This record gives sequence, C-alpha cells and structure tokens, in this order.
Amino acid sequence: MKKFYLFALAFVPSLVLAEALADGVIRAKALQIIKRDFMPRGQAGIDRLAEDGVQAICNRTGNKPPQEIAKVLEADQMATIKWPADGKLMGDWKRGEQIAQSGRGFTWSDQPGLPVGGNCYNCHQIGPQELAYGTVGPSLLHFGKLRGYGPDMQKYVFAKIYNAKAFNLCSEMPRFGRIGALTEQQIKDLVALLLDPESPVNK
Amino acid sequence: MTMKAVLASTALSLFVGVAAHAQETIDHAKAHEEFEKFRAEMEDSNPAELFALKGQELWHAKRGPKNVSLHETCDLGLGIGKLEGAYVHMPRYFKDADAVMDAERRIVWCMVEKQGFKFEDIAKKPFMGANDTQAPDITNLVTYIAEKSRNMKFAVDLKDPKVREIYEIGKEIVNYRAGPFDFACNTCHGTDGRRIRMQNLPNLAKPEGAAKGVLGWPGYRMTGGVMLTHQWRMNDCFRQQRFPEPKYASDLITALLTYMTANANGVVYKGPGIKR
Ligand code: HEC
Ligand code: HEC
Repeated sequence: MKKFYLFALAFVPSLVLAEALADGVIRAKALQIIKRDFMPRGQAGIDRLAEDGVQAICNRTGNKPPQEIAKVLEADQMATIKWPADGKLMGDWKRGEQIAQSGRGFTWSDQPGLPVGGNCYNCHQIGPQELAYGTVGPSLLHFGKLRGYGPDMQKYVFAKIYNAKAFNLCSEMPRFGRIGALTEQQIKDLVALLLDPESPVNK
Repeated sequence: MTMKAVLASTALSLFVGVAAHAQETIDHAKAHEEFEKFRAEMEDSNPAELFALKGQELWHAKRGPKNVSLHETCDLGLGIGKLEGAYVHMPRYFKDADAVMDAERRIVWCMVEKQGFKFEDIAKKPFMGANDTQAPDITNLVTYIAEKSRNMKFAVDLKDPKVREIYEIGKEIVNYRAGPFDFACNTCHGTDGRRIRMQNLPNLAKPEGAAKGVLGWPGYRMTGGVMLTHQWRMNDCFRQQRFPEPKYASDLITALLTYMTANANGVVYKGPGIKR
C-alpha cells in the first residue's frame, strides 16, 4: 500500500495528492469506529477492513480521483494481470454461464475453500434466458455481437474481469483475478460466455 | 392476536412455498407482483402483531436480577412510561448513557442498566434464526415499541450536535469501500433504481430511498418465517459486503441507522412490516 503512494508521488503534484489523502475529523472518527466495532467471523477477518491503495484513493475522493492519480494507479492495476501462458483467452461458455450465475463466496457464511462464484448476474444482464439480473453494471447482452469477437476484444474482457480497476480505478466491479476469486480458467470461460459467437449472449 | 392474523400466518407459509418456487423459475417479476398484492392484503393482520404482543408482556413484566419492569424504569427519550412516538424520534442522544442510541440499542441498555441482564448474554444471539420457533426477547420488545409509533413521522433531531455528528459519521461509513470485493454500502445503495438480481436497492442518500430503507422495520420475513430488526438488516448487509461482523448494539450500527432514519425524516412510519 505504501508502495502505491510513493509510486504515485513521483508523477503527481504533491499538493493534489496531499489534499486527496487528508482525513477530516469526521472521517477520522468514522475510521476509529470501523476499527473498533467489527469482530471477525468465519473467513471474514478484521484485516478486510484495511484499505489498499486503490480503495484509499477512491474512499478519499468520492470515487472521483484526480486524473493524474487515476492514470498512474490504473497502470499499476494493469500490471497485476497474469496473462495465460498458453496465450488462449477463450474457454467454454457453458461453464462460463454457471460461474456467472453463482453468487457464492467470501461472506462469513460461505465455507472457506469452496469455489467462489462470479456474481455477474447480481449486477449485469448477460444471457437472454436469465431475467433475474441486476442493474448495478451495464447490460452485457449481445456483447460480442455489438463489440466484435477479435483478439483485442478478448484481451480487453479477460483483463476487465481479472482486474476491473485497470480501466476505471474506482469501478464498482470487483477485481476477480487479482483477489483470487476466479481462476484463469474460470475467467477464460467467462470471456467465452461474452465473446463466443455460439454463446446465447450473442444469439 | 385476531383470528384473521392466525389465518394470515398460515396463508403466509403457504405463500412462501409458492413464492420460493416461483423465484427459481423464470417468472420473478410475477412473484414480486404477487408478493406486493399479498402484502397489501395482510396490512391489517400482520404476523408482526404476535411478536409485538409478546413484547408488550415483556415490557411490563418485572424481570432480570433486579426484578423491575422496563415500563417503570426505561426512558426511551420522552420520559419513563412514555412510548408513543419514541421509536420515530430515535436514534437520539441519551444523557444517562452519554451516547446516541437507536431504539434496539436503547432497550438493550435499559435491560442491562435497569434490569441487570448481562450484555454478553443478550448479544450472544440477538437475532431470530431460520430454525428458531421464538424470537429473542429484544426483538419482541423492539417490535412492541415500534408499534407504538405507527402513523407518526420520523423525526430524528439533527439539530442536536451529538446526533448530527453520528449522522455525519454514518455518511462516511456508507461510502467506505474495503474488503475483497471493494464494496461499500453505496456500491449497492448509492444510486437510484439499482437492482441486485431482482431485488430493488433503495438509494439511502435520498428521502424516498431512505424511506424504503427504514419503513417496515422491524419486519416479519416471509422467507424463513422470522421476525427481524433493523439491526439485523445492517448485520446481513455487511455480510453481503464481505465485511466482518458488526458488533451488536454498537456505535457503528447506530451511525448507519441515524444516517438512514434522518434522511427519511418527515416520512410517516407505518409500523412493523412484512418483508420478502
Ligand atoms: C458489484 C457489481 C458488479 C459485478 C459483481 C460484476 N460487474 Fe462487471 N461491471 C460493473 C460496473 C459498474 C461496470 C461499468 C463500470 C466499469 O466499466 O468499471 C462493469 C463493467 C463490466 C464490463 C465492461 C463493459 C463494457 O462496456 O466495456 C464487463 C465485460 C463486465 N463488467 C463483466 C463482468 C463479469 C463477467 C462479471 C462476473 C465475473 C462481472 N462483470 C461482475 C459492475 C459489476
Ligand atoms: C452487495 C450488495 C449490498 C451491499 C454492499 C449492501 N446492501 Fe443493503 N441490501 C442489499 C440487498 C440485496 C437487499 C435486500 C433488498 C430486498 O430484500 O428487497 C438490501 C437491503 C437493505 C435495506 C432494507 C431495504 C428494505 O426494503 O427494507 C437496507 C436499509 C440496507 N440494505 C442498507 C444497507 C447498508 C447500510 C449497507 C452497508 C452497511 C448495505 N445495505 C450494504 C444489498 C447490499
């Protein structure tokens, strides 16, 4: 986390940064309460309350970081992406659909060690057959049909799922690959769900 | 408890089965509509009545190591024994405790300070679980107290500097992103018209959204047939947020409830409700 700041400092006028990171009285009190009034349960330990570099910036700027900071930190997030060694980005859309459906994972009532779901339908419209979709994120129906099926698009979708913050620092979308929620293979399967011409998403 | 209410709770469990099944198939919108219709019909024979009645008994009974009743010792802000309107004026600052407290927390405070119960014992299992046949005493008590403010307007006193401060702290907390998914309350509740799957997410920053966030609590939840409090809702939202568990009856929860309830100031409280 310290590293992020130092890195950012090299590029950003320090005044802008200082202002972005200053904690008001109320915020300081809120942090104190957050520190004091939680208890660990199941897999959800107290360590989850600590902000990493991205969260710290987003929290202190109302999710609207100054462009200079955002650019630097987005590049940082981009660098976290581990690209498949075999160079293939497309998996099996049928498995992708199952991963997109599952909302499991990371809560204190989830059994640790079990596979985490993508939670995708919680926030996105995806396949045409699923009507119970959320609207926190944009609709992804017809994604490939609308945006193209080429290698660049595959790369973009893989990277977006791996680490959504690489493109939009304070995105509301979780960083599924970065935090180890989804495996490389699972992300490939999701890429196929959005970009395989045979996937119902593109029918 | 009227006969109608008894019938209602039977009908309710039947409906839950149907609704749960419907939700697994395609027709979610329909299930939602059915539920709203059902809720409207149940308005005046709400199963929450059962819990409020138990709460009334508990409120008046001499209990605890000190063998006193809450009725003769517990001041909910308007004076001992004065219950009408107390719920819609909380959270408020209580001098004797030197803290801003929401209704549930205040009743817990009275149970501990006046009746001599141990906080740890109450906090061990503060909420009704899916397999429980009875609600915890504290849930029954809150439901009773809430019932006493039916048809009154929420009126959290933001002119009180202590209330104002905890309100501002609440506003910070709903924006605090952390945890593996980088979620804050506002990831789900900070914008109008959002849904997680089919569930509408109220925008807690706006009066209409805040009203949705506070109306109908405490509420009888049809899924599982349990009576649940506003503190429970906060607890379960933190779970969904992938955060650790908030401490029961803590400043953390009071801050959130102050923020939400004050944003709903002026809205008429309809009493304990029915939730999906
Ligand atoms: C908590 C909400 C949330 C979840 C869960 C979520 N997303 Fe997103 N997603 C968003 C938001 C908000 C955006 C738009 C803002 C942005 O681009 O960061 C977005 C953007 C995207 C985009 C880019 C769309 C475009 O037009 O370029 C893709 C692709 C995507 N999500 C795929 C997924 C997949 C696949 C999953 C499941 C593994 C998923 N999302 C889970 C909220 C979410
Ligand atoms: C990951 C998503 C998510 C997060 C984060 C979240 N909630 Fe919720 N919240 C929900 C869902 C889903 C519901 C259930 C809506 C329903 O049943 O209709 C809900 C319901 C509520 C309700 C009750 C609304 C009603 O109609 O009675 C309140 C109040 C609330 N949340 C407040 C909060 C607060 C405060 C936080 C932060 C501590 C928070 N939520 C965090 C998803 C979330």
